[in-house]
Amino acid sequence: MNNTSLKDAYIDKTRRDFLKKAGAGVTTLALASGVTLMAYPAPAQARNPDEAADPSKRWGLLIDVNKCTEDCSACVTACSQENGWKLDGNPSVDAQWIRKLKIKNPHGGHEQTFPVMCQHCAKPPCVDVCPTGASFKRTDGIVLVDKHICIGCRYCMMACPYKARSFVHEPLTDQKAHAPRGKGTVESCTLCVHRVDRGDQPACVEKCASDGHGALMFGDLNDPNSDISKRLASYPTKQIRADLGLDTGVRYQNL
Amino acid sequence: MAKHVTYSQIGTGAGFYGLLALLGAFIAAGAASFLYVEHHGHVVTGMTNQIVWGLPHVFAIFLIVAASGALNVASIGSVFNKAAYKPLSRISGVLAMALLAGGLAVLLLDLGRPDRMIIAITTFNFKSIFAWNIFLYSGFMVIVGVYLFVQMSSGLEKFKKPFGVLAFVWRLALTTGTGSIFGWLVARQGYDAAIMAPLFIAMSLSFGMACFILVVKYTGKATDRPLGTAMTWRMGRLMGVMAATVLYFTAIRHLGNLYAAEHAGVEQFILFGGNVFTTLFWVGQVLLGGLVPLALVFAPNNSEGSSRVTLAALLVILGGFAQLYVIIVGGQAYPLVLFPGMEVSSSFQDGTIASYMPSLPELALGLGGVGVAILITVFAMMAFKLLPKNLSDAALDPHLAAKAK
Repeated sequence: MNNTSLKDAYIDKTRRDFLKKAGAGVTTLALASGVTLMAYPAPAQARNPDEAADPSKRWGLLIDVNKCTEDCSACVTACSQENGWKLDGNPSVDAQWIRKLKIKNPHGGHEQTFPVMCQHCAKPPCVDVCPTGASFKRTDGIVLVDKHICIGCRYCMMACPYKARSFVHEPLTDQKAHAPRGKGTVESCTLCVHRVDRGDQPACVEKCASDGHGALMFGDLNDPNSDISKRLASYPTKQIRADLGLDTGVRYQNL
Repeated sequence: MAKHVTYSQIGTGAGFYGLLALLGAFIAAGAASFLYVEHHGHVVTGMTNQIVWGLPHVFAIFLIVAASGALNVASIGSVFNKAAYKPLSRISGVLAMALLAGGLAVLLLDLGRPDRMIIAITTFNFKSIFAWNIFLYSGFMVIVGVYLFVQMSSGLEKFKKPFGVLAFVWRLALTTGTGSIFGWLVARQGYDAAIMAPLFIAMSLSFGMACFILVVKYTGKATDRPLGTAMTWRMGRLMGVMAATVLYFTAIRHLGNLYAAEHAGVEQFILFGGNVFTTLFWVGQVLLGGLVPLALVFAPNNSEGSSRVTLAALLVILGGFAQLYVIIVGGQAYPLVLFPGMEVSSSFQDGTIASYMPSLPELALGLGGVGVAILITVFAMMAFKLLPKNLSDAALDPHLAAKAK
């Protein structure tokens, strides 16, 4: 078993523990209120918790900028609610796993808005610079921070070209069991790995679709038959800072 | 034939204990700051998600870089065989270790999770220059420690040169590693330049020499063994050569960046932006930390004493802090360029110059690190025979006084 597999197995165990606790909490509440016993569903695509991440997959996002409207920030809100981070009145230190960016062409003033988050690079600089290996990339392409060995040196934040990472500046309360965070550690978009592993889509993608925009598409970039791959094959798309050669997992259409 | 040098410890009079009390106060303030930040989180510092490395990193990197340079004198004695420097080799090694310890203390105590220090030294990603640096720093401590032992033990003379060479090569690697922390940051327009490594080597030689001159000159004065004027001038001029080298690499770095249109924005911001970094660069680093010290040590010397060298050393240190502040904080203040040529805005301060106001805890932590470095040096001089009993020119090198004027 190589290092990545070991790390995946470790993360899986941690995640399972959290899921068990979370599941137990849901069950207890449900029984107390007399409602039907709830359990986490196991959709057909869910990954067995005992399996390491599937190296044949490369999870990614395609963002259609033309479908993203300026006054909508549903993806940001959904991410915040799903993962338990929030803007708390101090924008310079509050965590932002996903943000709406507005770009304006100084020649003519054409504007576009779209979300930017961790780009889940195939060659992530944050992983390269992390001294302890806390920043790591799963074999299915999702870039994460192992909160157990992050020492809070913030070198990954210096290295990330996308400003995708936040440092937890203050003590935290009311964390989500499936998205553990920690004061003094660095964090970023996890591509909702807890949802992906159970066969669901990231919260931002789901919310954008349910709101009728459909600007975000999630899928397996390695599968030529996936919707995202078909779209990538049919339309011109871009990577942010493609010049850096990082092979991002997040692509943009109509940018 | 090598001359005989008698070494002695420094005494422990009222001045010694007064200095210890002063250093203790600085260290206590640094420790209190660490506990305060550790308890409340970095929200009580001036650091943000835009400026993630602030004043503590300026102090830490200054001390780490100066540590390597403080070993200059030992290297010149052992590796380049200059007789006048050999009697000062011991204090050179001790000061190098002490400065490194002070710098590392600041660096480690500013971590988000300083309680995980054991992880930092047991779990490595060898693609990270940070991880390499952990080995370079700890290796430096071991090598300079053995080098000191060899110097201070009788019968081990034959090992002096090999360990001197090893320490010399190692400290060049160490400073290369420190400079590359910034040089290899490909995403940021303010860094991403291989010249950072030689620039940091030049900085280490200059800052370290300045620290060494001040420590030896002050200690000599306080312990009634004044440092010879000719020797002071010789070291001062050596520091001047190195300060000029820093200016050279600085000029090349900025000229190279100005030539590339993609870096024009950050260069405009630092060099001509009319902000605190512009002032610190031109007035702090170039004028006070570079040109004035050069004039002080290289202008014709008609004075009897060497106070001009002392002033030059103080200014080199001041300029060093200014330079590191501009590199570290200024480089982050300029926004990341995600979309070249476009105006960018967001709730996460994209496209805007980030502001940073150092807080008292950050200053106290940094000064605490300086206190640790000086305390170790003073304590070592009290405990071990590190300084020659006589630091006069005639005692250091009989030919020195005649040659240096």
